[in-house]
Amino acid sequence: MLIGVLALQGAFIEQENTLKKLDADFFEIRKSSDLERNFDGLIIPGGESTVMGKLLRELGLFYPLKERIQSALPVLGTCAGLILLASHIAGSDTVHFGTLPVTVKRNAYGRQLGSFSTEGFVEGLGMVPMKFIRAPYIEEVHDNTRILSVIDNRIVAVRYQNQVGVAFHPELTENSAIHQYFIDIVNSVK
Amino acid sequence: MKENRYELNKELAQMLKGGVIMDVTTPEQAEIAEAAGACAVMALERIPADIRASGGVSRMSDPKMIRGIQDAVTIPVMAKCRIGHFAEAQILEAVEIDYIDESEVLSPADDVYHIDKTRFNVPFVCGAKDLGEALRRISEGASMIRTKGEPGTGDIIQAVRHMRRMNSEISRLTSLREDELYQAAKELQVPYDLVLFVHNNGKLPVVNFAAGGVATPADAALMMQLGAEGVFVGSGIFKSGNPAKRAAAIVKTVTNYTDSKMIADLSQDLGDAMVGINENEINLLMAERGK
Repeated sequence: MLIGVLALQGAFIEQENTLKKLDADFFEIRKSSDLERNFDGLIIPGGESTVMGKLLRELGLFYPLKERIQSALPVLGTCAGLILLASHIAGSDTVHFGTLPVTVKRNAYGRQLGSFSTEGFVEGLGMVPMKFIRAPYIEEVHDNTRILSVIDNRIVAVRYQNQVGVAFHPELTENSAIHQYFIDIVNSVK
Repeated sequence: MKENRYELNKELAQMLKGGVIMDVTTPEQAEIAEAAGACAVMALERIPADIRASGGVSRMSDPKMIRGIQDAVTIPVMAKCRIGHFAEAQILEAVEIDYIDESEVLSPADDVYHIDKTRFNVPFVCGAKDLGEALRRISEGASMIRTKGEPGTGDIIQAVRHMRRMNSEISRLTSLREDELYQAAKELQVPYDLVLFVHNNGKLPVVNFAAGGVATPADAALMMQLGAEGVFVGSGIFKSGNPAKRAAAIVKTVTNYTDSKMIADLSQDLGDAMVGINENEINLLMAERGK
């Protein structure tokens, strides 16, 4: 099993460190030639969604990756990664991959002073520590998107088919339950 | 400042890694920077090249101008305050800035004390030209470090010097015996626990960007290959012939900083780079402000 980590900008090394802890093989995706490798899952890290959205398109990664996600490639998007997957972004016409049927609200908790950490229940995983950094939340889910976690009446984790989107940063904590959950999906599809 | 808040502030810097932070002076420039792929913008009244050219005391920007930029973009907005000017920092915190740069680019307000950054909830980035400066700023509460470089010159030599010095001091610390770390802390004039962290981890406890003198994609690639985790570009963009194109080229370079073929293409037809000044031609050495 091999996981591609989108390494255009942001906290991709933290994702890789979590994968190492779980003994999962991974490689970095920075340009279109990186997609010549076969891989079984994709992680889209936290960072700035505007930057990653632009680089995905200009480096020729956008359509090949979108196609693979649409053909059921398992994908985990955290924070900015969730925004890139979302089918709708509140108050904006921008859509990136648009493969995850949710409406996401960017910078939903305000500026950096609104960033916080907490612990919350995630369906099937129990209590998980959560870091929200200039984070989005999910305003609304569409189709059969399953809600995995709600914090203060706001949806912060969802699953739709093989796509998992979380508003927080599991890669910044010692707890790797979210990544294990994702790896289990990758293994079940493979 | 609670421990938890400091962690969150360090983690915001982690989200900026692999990105380019651009100096902007108007909402329009901020929009150009965001569209070009900036991961954050630094709002300031005059870019360093102009501060250098026009002289005089330079201060924190007008909060109205900062708010205008906050309204114009969705990416994090940073702003500078003078070294030691904690009242300017309080004002920046009041406008809910995402990051404060306690910066040698502005005229220092205090030639002895830096701001006690542990008293703030918003994060701070500070410049450093060696490991001692970096660790002193971190012990004062900085949650991100950048090289000082020499702002507003378009000359990369100082940023290179600062990054190399920091790297060699870090590798020296990692090679010491543990019983030698106390003496190292004394020499560096920094707390022992930070020296121990560097010894154990071979890196700073916070994110480290390059800044000061970056003018071309090649400059950005040089700094990334020397170990910078991202790049600040100040005067280099909006003092150049084609800001949007140059900005976008630097952004892509920082993502693929070892792909020289790609960087060769990105470096083509960027228009005029900013007119540089060599370090021996300048009278004011901003990097010497605040140690």
